[in-house]
Amino acid sequence: MELEIHVIHYLILSTVMMFCGIYGFFTRKNLLALLISAELMLNATNINFAVFNRYLFPGHLEGHFFSLFGIAIAAAETAVAIAIIINVYRSFNKILTDDISEMKG
Amino acid sequence: MEFTILILVLPAICFPLLALFGMKMPHRVAGTIGTVAIGAVTILSYITALNYFGAGRTAEGIFPTLTPWNIRWLPFTETLHIDMGIMLDPISVMMLVVITTVSLMVHIYSFGYMKGEKGFQRYYAFLSLFTFSMLGLVVATNIFQMYIFWELVGVSSYLLIGFYYTKPEAIAASKKAFIVTRFADLGFLIGILLYGYYMQTFTFTPAADQLMKAGMILPWALGLMFVGGAGKSAMFPLHIWLPDAMEGPTPVSALIHAATMVVAGVYLVARMFPLFIGFAPETLHVVAYVGAFTAFYAATVACVQSDIKRVLAFSTISQIGFMMVALGVCTSMDPHEGGLGYMAGMFHLFTHAMFKALLFLGAGCIIHAVHSNEMSTMGGLRKYMPVTHITFLIACLAIAGIWPLSGFFSKDEILAACFAFSPVMGWIMTAIAGMTAFYMFRLYYCIFWGKENTELHKEHVPHESPLTMTVPLMILAAITIVAGWILPFGHFVSSDGKAYDIHIDTGVAAISLVVALFAIGLATYMYARSSQPLADSLARRFSGLHKAAYRRFYLDEIWLFVTKKIIFNCISTPIAWFDRHVIDNFMNMLAAGTQACGTLIRPVQTGKIQTYTIWFFAGIIILTVILLLAL
Amino acid sequence: MNILSIFVLIPLLMMLGLWISRNLNQIRTVMVTGSTMLLALSIYLAAAYISMRNAGADAEMLFTDSISWYAPLDICYSVGVDGISVVMLLLSSIIVFTGTFASWKLQPLTKEYFLWYTLLSLGVFGFFISNDMFTMFMFYEVALIPMYLLIGVWGSGKKEYAAMKLTLMLMGGSAFLLIGILGIYYGAGAETMNILEIAQKHIPLEIQKIFFPVVFLGFGVLGALFPFHTWSPDGHASAPTAVSMLHAGVLMKLGGYGCFRIAMYLMPEGAQIWGDLFLILTTISVVYGALSAVVQTDLKYINAYSSVSHCGLVLFALLMMTKVSATGAILQMLSHGLMTAMFFALIGMIYCRTHTRDIRELRGLMKIMPFLAVGYIIAGLANLGLPGFSGFVAEMTVFTGSFQNADLFHRICTIIATTSIVVTAVYILRVVGKILYGTCTNEEHLKLTDATWEERFTIICLVIAIAGLGLAPYWVNDLISNSVEPIISQLAVK
Repeated sequence: MELEIHVIHYLILSTVMMFCGIYGFFTRKNLLALLISAELMLNATNINFAVFNRYLFPGHLEGHFFSLFGIAIAAAETAVAIAIIINVYRSFNKILTDDISEMKG
Repeated sequence: MEFTILILVLPAICFPLLALFGMKMPHRVAGTIGTVAIGAVTILSYITALNYFGAGRTAEGIFPTLTPWNIRWLPFTETLHIDMGIMLDPISVMMLVVITTVSLMVHIYSFGYMKGEKGFQRYYAFLSLFTFSMLGLVVATNIFQMYIFWELVGVSSYLLIGFYYTKPEAIAASKKAFIVTRFADLGFLIGILLYGYYMQTFTFTPAADQLMKAGMILPWALGLMFVGGAGKSAMFPLHIWLPDAMEGPTPVSALIHAATMVVAGVYLVARMFPLFIGFAPETLHVVAYVGAFTAFYAATVACVQSDIKRVLAFSTISQIGFMMVALGVCTSMDPHEGGLGYMAGMFHLFTHAMFKALLFLGAGCIIHAVHSNEMSTMGGLRKYMPVTHITFLIACLAIAGIWPLSGFFSKDEILAACFAFSPVMGWIMTAIAGMTAFYMFRLYYCIFWGKENTELHKEHVPHESPLTMTVPLMILAAITIVAGWILPFGHFVSSDGKAYDIHIDTGVAAISLVVALFAIGLATYMYARSSQPLADSLARRFSGLHKAAYRRFYLDEIWLFVTKKIIFNCISTPIAWFDRHVIDNFMNMLAAGTQACGTLIRPVQTGKIQTYTIWFFAGIIILTVILLLAL
Repeated sequence: MNILSIFVLIPLLMMLGLWISRNLNQIRTVMVTGSTMLLALSIYLAAAYISMRNAGADAEMLFTDSISWYAPLDICYSVGVDGISVVMLLLSSIIVFTGTFASWKLQPLTKEYFLWYTLLSLGVFGFFISNDMFTMFMFYEVALIPMYLLIGVWGSGKKEYAAMKLTLMLMGGSAFLLIGILGIYYGAGAETMNILEIAQKHIPLEIQKIFFPVVFLGFGVLGALFPFHTWSPDGHASAPTAVSMLHAGVLMKLGGYGCFRIAMYLMPEGAQIWGDLFLILTTISVVYGALSAVVQTDLKYINAYSSVSHCGLVLFALLMMTKVSATGAILQMLSHGLMTAMFFALIGMIYCRTHTRDIRELRGLMKIMPFLAVGYIIAGLANLGLPGFSGFVAEMTVFTGSFQNADLFHRICTIIATTSIVVTAVYILRVVGKILYGTCTNEEHLKLTDATWEERFTIICLVIAIAGLGLAPYWVNDLISNSVEPIISQLAVK
């Protein structure tokens, strides 16, 4: 049986990843877990970009570019976010969002 | 006549000079500058008068109206503009002479009276300001210029009444004087504005067609102007400021509150006289009734006052009432046909200025000698101050209307005019003239005869004043003696401008003389001796009336009630409260409301990223659903 | 470069100079130089303007110039002056100049204070030279914002509250204004923001009906129109001396100027429709302000309410819509600006000595500080309309002009408004009698000293300006009435 991978499979994957990310973002309190969830969502969209480009406009490359941008931005974002999280951890000694409310107005 | 501008310019320069640099000068220098300036102005005024009356009449037999200067000061429209200038006509020239003469006397007199006072220079500066304003008022070429100087005399009066600015009574008096006259000036202003709008000019001689068009407005405008005049000239019930104004230095009372400023209202009516006669005779008669009532009212009050300056103040009010009556009873422009009052009023203004200034300056000498205004501290002063005594007596006789002093002639003309108007008015005014004689001689006897306050006088022997003070008295007394029969006043001033020979109406003269002599006799009987049994018993019998008159029929209390209770407590305080608590609170409530809204929706902002994202995704889902449904 | 742009340039340079100043002397040098240059410039402008007019220049605005800076909405930096703006510029520069001396010894944060002060004056000058509605509005906002900081930081008493209240109320006004300006812009066909050009077009009646009250109220708040005047007493009472001077002296004039230049000029029919209603409000302002002033006990409150009354008279005269009354309104702005600035300067000087402004605690200042006391009397007499000072000229022009409007309603309003001259006398003389006259019993006050040289200088400058205007009103009157003409004829035609 020839295992053919259709666009639908990719989309199922990305949707699952997206909703995992959303679920994680809503429910987790840990900053790191939030970051991971955000990455999941971001990568879900990246997959979508690549897939739609590949199947709908085979001659073009815009979708691939966008996913590359997305990866680059995700990397930068992660770097910044982790830096912040580390700093928060150093100063407050905790990384749960509920506990960090000193900066609220 | 271009030199007449100097009459205004000299005091106008003198005021800022003394006001700015006076403090650096010694008293003597400042006083001399002021006096020399006013002396020059006096001479110039006399020259003006000689030239003006000497230049002869026009073909119609009247003195021409000259305007040697007229500058457009503030234009409003083509026809409406305020000019500043000098207008010479018989009454303004006459006023120039009166004002400068009295002012010069007061300047000289003040050298002695104000000697050593702190603020001597300031005093002279204010006197210059006053003289300037008063001269500007009388030579005004238009009604608005008159109003401008009218306000300026008001403020100089305010400053001079409040000269002793550490004395609470003086502060209150100056404030009262200003506000009461200001209130009257409101009427004057509205009158001017009405006049200006309907006549399309501020000059005293509007075009005939405008006069026709104005119709019923003109009597109102003139009436409102008279309100202003009534304020300045202390007509009932706006007279309340004048007795209090006596808190100022006595020479000031002589100059401003007896001889010049307070007759500005009379002058105003005289100035508008042709219009009054031609278009508003009823208004003019209202002037007469107001004048008569004021004259009577003031005379009654004057009979019981114990402060000598107050007596003189009420006598001034009463005499101005006489002048107003004289103007008010006129019925035509022809002095032979009911226009006599005009000449009489102006004549009385002239003679009254002289003898009333004399009385006040005499009173100043007395106050200077005994350091008090109260009659009880005086009595028997005739032996200490002979010059003052004689001059004061002359003035008293003049104001009582005894032949051949000047007051007799002018008062006789007024009474003649009143009898011509209606016998009732004539008799009333004759009676008031009798009261005048009575209270003036009461004053005279209480000061110079009567019971001497020996304790006080032993402690501090009263003395005659220095020459600077007595010389003006003598000059004024001389004028008072001769002015009546030397001066052919009717040749200079009369209602139609033509020469008018003053002739004594023997009937009227005899009646008024008899009444005056009777009143003097009564006063002599009641007050000349050291005890006053009749006066005391009368005062006891009519104690209610006596007390009411002494308290000036409670008009001051009413004034206080109106200002303090009604305006201050019942209008202003609630308004201020309303402003703070209603309007301002409304604004604060708006702010508070905004804040409350903020607090209300604040919980939505939890500050938790998860909450926001839930909202965010919910939004996306809703949008998606809507889009799907729409498609 | 256009001469008018220098009015904006000088304050900018002054701010730069202040920025790099190192010490108090440098700050003072910058301020004095700058404000003197502004004063000289405005005098020069007035002279140049008059000579150009005499030479026959008959355009409505002179020295015009225009640079587009936001084309999609046709917003231009367009400048130009007529007689009204010339006198307003003159007034502003006098107040800025004297205000500099009045805040000579201000502490602390002198540099920052003067920076904001200069920014405020920049806004004011920019407002008066602008011909473009939006640019005008922008400068208006520039003038408003520094007020918040100036009062909030350097003020006295309930300063935060007052600053907040003032700013919020004025901002509320300017919100109305923005709507109104856009309404006019689109009503006139969305082609130009230039006032002169819009005046040539006809804005539809429906638009005028809606937007006239909006614009008039927007400016009216700044002109202390009843019942939107309550920011004025609190704001003035809390502001530091020079800021009160500038605010009451100039900033409140922006209101009257704007009402005349934008609301009435561009929407004459709207003015006819709404005129009567606003006339009632202004008449109330005039009398109400004066009566409220009678019972106040704080010197600054008295003066603030007096400002409400006098600024009410400005709007009152504008709404009478005759040439003479409008001339009077401008004169009144000028005169009130000078007088009230002088008042606030004097009150500030008295306050910084006695540390109280309560008239019940002050007494006999005449003996202690004669110069200030005499200044106060002069200011008071000018305020109550004594001939020889500017107030008389202005009030008489207003009243004479108002009397030209002969129907019963206008006549009654006029007569009610004239009564304010009596009430003014009452509250002025009450204060003079209470605080200056009499004998001082307070030991502390007896030790106080009279005015210093810079204070004397401030007062003398203002007295000269007030007396100059009062003694020789002819040329100013001429200058204004010619410029009022086109605006009034617009109102009269329709």
